[in-house]
Order: sequence, then C-alpha cells, then structure tokens
Amino acid sequence: MTTSALIMIILTQGTVIAATIYFFRKVLKTPDKSEPDSYSDNDPV
Amino acid sequence: MSNTTESWGSRVGLILAMAGNAVGLGNFLRFPVQAVQNGGGTFIIPYLVSFLLMGIPLLWVEWAMGRFGGRYGDHSTPFILDNMTKKRFWKYFGVFGIFTNMGVMAYYTYIESWTLTYTLKSLKGDFLGMDLDGLDSFFNNYVDLGSGINFPVWALLAFLITLSINVYILSRGLSAGIEKVAKIAMPLLIGFGAFLAIMSWTTGSTGRCADCSTYIGLNYLWQPDFSTLANPKIWLAAAGQIFFTLSVGMGTIHCYSSYLKQKDDIALNAMSAGWMNGFVEIVLGSAVVIPIAVGYLGLDWVVENAGFMMAFKTMPFLFDQWGSVLSVIAGVAWFGLLFFAGITSSLAMGTPWMGFVQDEFNWSKNKSALILGFAILAMGLPTIFFFEKGVFDEYDYWTGTVSLVIFALAEVILFAWVFGMDKGWKEITDGADMRVPRFYRPIIKYITPLFIGIIFLTSLFKPLNGELSDWSSAFSSWVNGNGWPWANDSIINQVFHINTGVHWVQDGILTNMFYIDMSRFFLLACFFGLVAMVKVASNKRKKTA
Repeated sequence: MTTSALIMIILTQGTVIAATIYFFRKVLKTPDKSEPDSYSDNDPV
Repeated sequence: MSNTTESWGSRVGLILAMAGNAVGLGNFLRFPVQAVQNGGGTFIIPYLVSFLLMGIPLLWVEWAMGRFGGRYGDHSTPFILDNMTKKRFWKYFGVFGIFTNMGVMAYYTYIESWTLTYTLKSLKGDFLGMDLDGLDSFFNNYVDLGSGINFPVWALLAFLITLSINVYILSRGLSAGIEKVAKIAMPLLIGFGAFLAIMSWTTGSTGRCADCSTYIGLNYLWQPDFSTLANPKIWLAAAGQIFFTLSVGMGTIHCYSSYLKQKDDIALNAMSAGWMNGFVEIVLGSAVVIPIAVGYLGLDWVVENAGFMMAFKTMPFLFDQWGSVLSVIAGVAWFGLLFFAGITSSLAMGTPWMGFVQDEFNWSKNKSALILGFAILAMGLPTIFFFEKGVFDEYDYWTGTVSLVIFALAEVILFAWVFGMDKGWKEITDGADMRVPRFYRPIIKYITPLFIGIIFLTSLFKPLNGELSDWSSAFSSWVNGNGWPWANDSIINQVFHINTGVHWVQDGILTNMFYIDMSRFFLLACFFGLVAMVKVASNKRKKTA
C-alpha cells in the first residue's frame, strides 16, 4: 500500500472507531432517567 | 392517536434497532463501489463532510420530530407532521413516510430472501468447487433469468418464508420483536463482518496474478486523488451515499423515536446509532468485497465488474479459495451478515405502517402485521415476475431514491422554517445527554435544506454524464435553443421518457417500457391508497374531537 493510502485508512478508520466507541460508551455510562422513562426493562416490578 | 402500550425495553436495544435500521446491504455493497468510482480515498472527505452537514442534522431532526409526535400519541409521519403545523396538507406529505417503506420493503425483502437462501446453501457446502460461470448460472436459474417473464419457484418460496419471518417479528411488537432481533442480529453482524475483514487484511498477495493482492484492493479503495475534490459529481455521490446509508427521509426513525418520552435523550442516541452505522460501513464494509475480489481476480477484473451482484455471483468463489472449511464459515458469515443487515432494515420499514394502523384504526398487532404482509406480497410479486423487465429497478428508483430526497427536503423545511428553529432546537436538546453544538442550529436551518435542495435539483435536471463541464454545455445548448441533454436517470427524463419516447408495443410485443410504466401506475395507486387512508383517519379524528 502507498503511504498516502495508509495515512487515509488509519486516519479515517481511527476517527470512526474512536467516535463509535466514545458515543456508545457515553450511552452505557449515562445513568438512567428517573421513572417513568421510555424503557420497560428498568421499570419497577 | 393511540393509547398504545408499546415501548422499548432498553436504551441499548433502541440504539441497536436504530443502527440495524440504518445498516443494510448498501453498507457492504454500495459504499465500496461508490468509493472506487468516485476518487477512492478522497471520497471519504465529501462523505464525512456530508455526514456532518446533512446526516447528523437529519438524524437529530427526525429523532426530534418522532419524539414530538409521540407526545400526542402519533407513531407515523402523516400525523407527526400534522402536529407540527396548522397547515393541513403537510399530513399528506407524511404519506411518503409510510409509502416509501412499503415500496422499498417489497423488493428489499426479495433480496433479503436471496441472502437467506445463500446462507443455507453455503452451510450445506453447495458452492464448494463452483467457478464464476457456475455461480453466474446458479444465480440466473435461481431468479429465473432469461425467460422474459420470471417465475422462480424456489426464490418465490424463499421470499414467502422471509416475508413471513418479518410479519411474525412485527406482530410481536417493539421490545419483544424488533428489539430482541436487533440485540441478536447486530452483534452477530459485527462479529461476522470483523471475521471477514480480518481475513481480508491478512490474506495479502495470493499469487494468482501479478496484482492479485488484498493490499492492492485496499490501496485502490483508499488511495486519495485530491484533484477529484473539485468535481461536484463526487460530492453528490457522497451526499447520496450518506442519505441512503443512514435511512433518513424514510419515516422509520420518526416511528422508532415516537415511543420515547420527552425527558429522554435523543441527541446522544442519534449520534451513537449514526456512528455505529458509519463503523459498519467504513471499517467493515470497505474491507470485504473489493479487497478480497482484487486478491483473487486482480484489479482489472474488479474495475470492470464491481457492482451489487458481486455479493452473489463472485463472493462464494473467492471464499472457496480459502479451503473447504473456511469457505463454508466465510460463506455463512457473509450471507448471514447480509441477511441480518437486511432483516433489521426491513423490520424497520414495517413499523410506520404498524404504528399508523394501530393508532388510527385500532387494529391489533397481529392484524396490522398480517395485512402488511399481504400488501408487501402484492407489491413485491411484480418485482419478482417482471424482474427482467426492469420493474425491480423501477421500484428502487422511485421508492428507494427519489421519494427519500423529496420527503427529507420537505421535513427539514417543515422543521426549520414552519415549526421554527426555536421550538425545533428545544426539541433536539430537551433531555439531551450530550452538549449539542450550537453551530448546528444555523446548519439545520440553512445548510441542510440547501444541501438536500441541491441534490434534488441536480437529480431533477441532471444532464448527460453529470460532470461539471456537462452542466455548462447543457446550459449553452439550452440557451441556444438546442434543448437540454437529459441524463437517462434524471427525474424529468424518467417521468417523460424524453430520450427514448413512449413505446409500449414493438412488433406486436409489449416492451419493457410498458411494464415499467404499469409498475409506476401501480406505485402511484398504492400512494393514493395510503392518502385515502390518511384522509379517512383525519375525518375520524375530526368526528371524535
């Protein structure tokens, strides 16, 4: 592979992987809102 | 308006379902082909700019519109749009948000059924030792090509099975059906894609020809050619890809989001689902078809043959080069991931109809899903029987391409200019679990509508070839009274058959144009059938108000 193609692939894929992980991790780390919220799995039984 | 008890089970489930809605066959088949045809590595620059200026704003707009509509008990676009303005005609624009999905689902489920058949065939090892000609004739026999009117018995049966699976899952509802499938399908899809990507990255040179190397394939995809950045055709192709990959302009995002409460986040959810789709497309989608094909067939072959059909007519042959065990595993992974990508999208396409008839006519989930199944069957059969006559492509053009752009343009104008950016911005930021950059406010108001408007106008008036120089020579030709040189795929040429004229019968035989025009009338009839249903629903609402 040429250097420019390699730089392109690393920069682009690195950015996309970092953004995907960052936003998904933020979703997982954010505490649930108080009930009643939109999601039924965390409803009090 | 409904008193639905439907809800999402979990936030992760919603994001996976929303990402599954966006991730489709195009992530693996359309994106790499678009990239190699539009500047290779440079394509990613207009692609990412389009994502930031059009994709993300549209995601936020659609999520916000959906949650806003849900507050009034509406889960489909006709009445979501109706709630946003006093002008009553907007609800008829909202019909696009049901029609587009049904039209696309009709032919998409057919492709999905191919992937199901090919997964089972791969598992049985039926493709082992088959060469490219063998795969070509297998596919042609499977869809019964070459007989004029197509009657593919096995493909028809697979279509019915696939449609039944969709109907069953839809009848189970949001959390017990769609969300459950997304939670299983998305991780499997990413796992299968990662396996194939690793195989591609580690294969390297195969020695089958001078340039047979997956690295040459990757290089071909990612080598930037910055001179192409000045070409508007590349920008339009990138913007178009963003449109289709994110499933914006369809009405599915509104529907999924309409089951959220006002205090719950949409901004972070939209970003997470959007980037997840980007990951599947840019990281996994770019690693499979083109590099592996270059690895075994060489660059010249790929340049000549790159296209959608490679998925079925080429990939099993390439996997066969890895030995029988890996070939079976790779075949199942490849067609399995395409099936999962397909079904998570087709399920999303069914939900606007489900939401609409449950809200407006109080139909049960089973009844709604079953009637949808019959409607999709009726709409899908012409694409199967008249596949060779161009009906399949015709559906794709009008419902899978033109309708999306029209609806997205209408909704962003409604959101930013009619509903107003003050209320709109509040809708986006309410309950947000991230800071939404303020510069997106003017982007949503000015840049995004302009972006989509340019895409629409250029599609409407596209001159032959569509290069920048072709636009200027087209204007000169028009000013000099020599007419406009229409591209065959420009919307105006498609509507009026300007380049070809209307010929329904030639030498006593019905032409392809006859079948194409009939399919258009059929789609129009379906559209107006939905308009009539919206009108009936609207009258019902007035009576109960």
